[in-house]
Amino acid sequence: MTATLKTYFQSQTNAAPLAVFRMLFGIMMLYSIVRFWYHGWIDTLYIAPKFHFSYYGLEWIQPVGIYTYLLFISAGISALFVALGYKYRLAICVFFLSFTYIEFMDKTTYLNHYYFISVLSFLMIFLPANVSFSLDAYTKKMSFTMVPKWTIDCLKLLLGMVYFYAGLAKINSDWLFKAMPLKIWLPSNYDMPFLGTNIMQQEWFHFTMSWSGMLYDLCIPFLLLYKRTRGFAFLIVVVFHVFTRVLFPIGMFPFIMIVATLIFFDASLHLKIIDLLKRVFKRFGFSKEVSVSAHYNYPKSKRFILPVLALFFAIQLFLPFRYALYPGELFWTEEGYRFSWRVMLMEKSGYTTFKIVDRESGDAFIVNNSDFLSSFQEKEMSAQPDFILEYAHYLGDHFRSQGHKNVQVFAESYVALNGRRSRPFINKMVDLYQEKESFKHKTWILPFNDEIKGL
Amino acid sequence: MIKKGISILVLALVIVGCSTSDDSNTNGGASDNFDRQAMLTHWGDNFIIPVLEDVNIELEALVQAKNTFVTTPNQANLVSLRTAWLSAYKVWQYAEMFNIGKADELAYFKQMNIYPSNVTLIESNISNGSYDLGNSGNNAAVGFPALDYLLFGVATTDTDIVAIYSTSVNASNYTAYLSDVVEKMKTLTQTVVTSWNSGYRNDYISRSGNSATSGVNETVNDYINYYERGLRSLKFGIPAGVFANSPLPEKVEGYYSKIYSKELAAEALNAVQEFFIGEAYNSTVTGPSLKAYLGYLNKTDISSSIVTQYDQARTRMQVLNPNFNQQIQDDSSKMTQVYDALQVGVVLLKVDMIQAMQISLDQGYVDNDGD
Repeated sequence: MTATLKTYFQSQTNAAPLAVFRMLFGIMMLYSIVRFWYHGWIDTLYIAPKFHFSYYGLEWIQPVGIYTYLLFISAGISALFVALGYKYRLAICVFFLSFTYIEFMDKTTYLNHYYFISVLSFLMIFLPANVSFSLDAYTKKMSFTMVPKWTIDCLKLLLGMVYFYAGLAKINSDWLFKAMPLKIWLPSNYDMPFLGTNIMQQEWFHFTMSWSGMLYDLCIPFLLLYKRTRGFAFLIVVVFHVFTRVLFPIGMFPFIMIVATLIFFDASLHLKIIDLLKRVFKRFGFSKEVSVSAHYNYPKSKRFILPVLALFFAIQLFLPFRYALYPGELFWTEEGYRFSWRVMLMEKSGYTTFKIVDRESGDAFIVNNSDFLSSFQEKEMSAQPDFILEYAHYLGDHFRSQGHKNVQVFAESYVALNGRRSRPFINKMVDLYQEKESFKHKTWILPFNDEIKGL
Repeated sequence: MIKKGISILVLALVIVGCSTSDDSNTNGGASDNFDRQAMLTHWGDNFIIPVLEDVNIELEALVQAKNTFVTTPNQANLVSLRTAWLSAYKVWQYAEMFNIGKADELAYFKQMNIYPSNVTLIESNISNGSYDLGNSGNNAAVGFPALDYLLFGVATTDTDIVAIYSTSVNASNYTAYLSDVVEKMKTLTQTVVTSWNSGYRNDYISRSGNSATSGVNETVNDYINYYERGLRSLKFGIPAGVFANSPLPEKVEGYYSKIYSKELAAEALNAVQEFFIGEAYNSTVTGPSLKAYLGYLNKTDISSSIVTQYDQARTRMQVLNPNFNQQIQDDSSKMTQVYDALQVGVVLLKVDMIQAMQISLDQGYVDNDGD
């Protein structure tokens, strides 16, 4: 067993897939940053709001006013450097740090796809993605054709995990036996040409999409791994992601996933891509012979990398299951919901108002949420308990600093999940100003009074 | 492996085929598609345009009554002018929710019904004799609430009010201001009506898709916005002190005329309800509506809850003093009870109805990979 492992970790494979992955990743990231900026979201999401929702324990990560643009510039430039393979190690570290900082500035904008980028860029810090077809190889005049096989396999593993966990999350009674939430999402595409008024409205279609979505997520990693099914699998990947892009406002995610999936292909494809680029460069007069070495091996000083990555994958493996430690329905409480590849899984919306009470006099008034939150923040806050608690504390502090005495903060909240009628969400008798955020179960979330069976 | 993939897919289809049997059903079949274009046409032709045209007619009458009063300021003409004002103000309650097209562009409702009026501003405009009524800084000095002050609040008795416009030192300035405010309201309304009748109507009903700029999305956003803010907060919540430590009775609609607050609020609630159930304006004929749309989506339970809430708010409103200002001073909790009934409606509209219809409320940010 150990011998097999040892052989595996010593085996080598062509470096081309890793180089192509690095380039495409860098380009996609640069484009994402530019797109984000172009839409004006840096201002609407990070500069305009008075208040930002933080992750527990990471409250110190805040937007830095106008300098927030520098963070995006830093992420953009480092993404470009990653694509070029120039000062790669530094570039990918800077990219990981700036992107992750941006992601943690306000959890209102939490998206699985942003988390995926953070996790992936962390992994890439440890991979020799710049040893061939890169400016680093060019300036050091040293290029390698082979890299350890595991460096490419761990990218496949991460991608496979994302898909597989997304598939596992779909094994629940709402998704499979009620076709929820697709049953309410798909018909709303009635204005889609050709398909909108007929197939999108059909119940059998909602069920077909639910089931095939689940099967797709569970099977695609394996279909991509085997050479005989790979071409077919990639075709499905493209069709699936283009389809979701047409149906839902999910931004860059589908394209990133399509591009990332290329890592599963043999080096011959990637070599073709590199050859094509080389010919283009030659045409423009950029061409340089570098001495080519066969095998890249990690130096002894980097022996810590394998244990670090082992730990990294162990965390990835178990984190999505942490929800099992909490009582209550996961979709309702969302305790352990994030960072678990639960993508496009539920339709949840709420309406939450806050009452500020003077404990002594009983004087009370209701807060106008739009005085403090953007409409997007208010929407996300309204149906998520950790947001509600954090905002309640913000309001308590705010009104205390305004001179209000004996401040109590009560929330009245109604939430509707997957087409069920809205029902009370938060115990309105509990003074949230006295409740502390923690990883413990929040006892002031009212029971769901229904059951969603499944993983 | 390809074969396996296909057989898995086939298996999935079989499972699906066998499991479609539960509660909801009528979503199948291509013929049951809800016609949003018909709904927009009904809203435009039988509600929005007739309402705006009626406001326009009422304001024309108001202009006439104002002219008569300005020419001959006496008690009888003041009474006719007030009657015309009240009549127009009641129709206005049907129009305020449609902040669409030209109305949105001109900030129409902000120039028609921002209350409480800023009396200091009005008085300084009058004594200066120069002002730009269309400037947003003057929103609290124009429209129906400004007339409420000018016709009921400039002096304590009717005789004194008439005197302000006839014999006082500043009579000509007061008369000019009264006249300008009325004319401005008429001009604005005429502009909005003209825009609907010269092309905007077709543009409106053609946008029957499901995007942020479609007619249905825009109208539903405005409708909910008005219900939450214009009706629930401004007419009840804010004056009753829901959003402050104590009641603010001076913030009621129709503060100076005193006795019309309830009448105006009742019109607004009727407007909201009639629009929801699809009654044509000034008629009991119904057409495609939000209620019908919910019915199409198998959510009649939601629509009947909404109607129940409207009815409950109306019942609770019936016991109120016609003078809300007085009611709040006597017992603000009766006002709060109406607010509470309307508040339940906000949840039903904003959470349940929106979720069922998948209409996006304006967020300014679109990327999403699911909550």
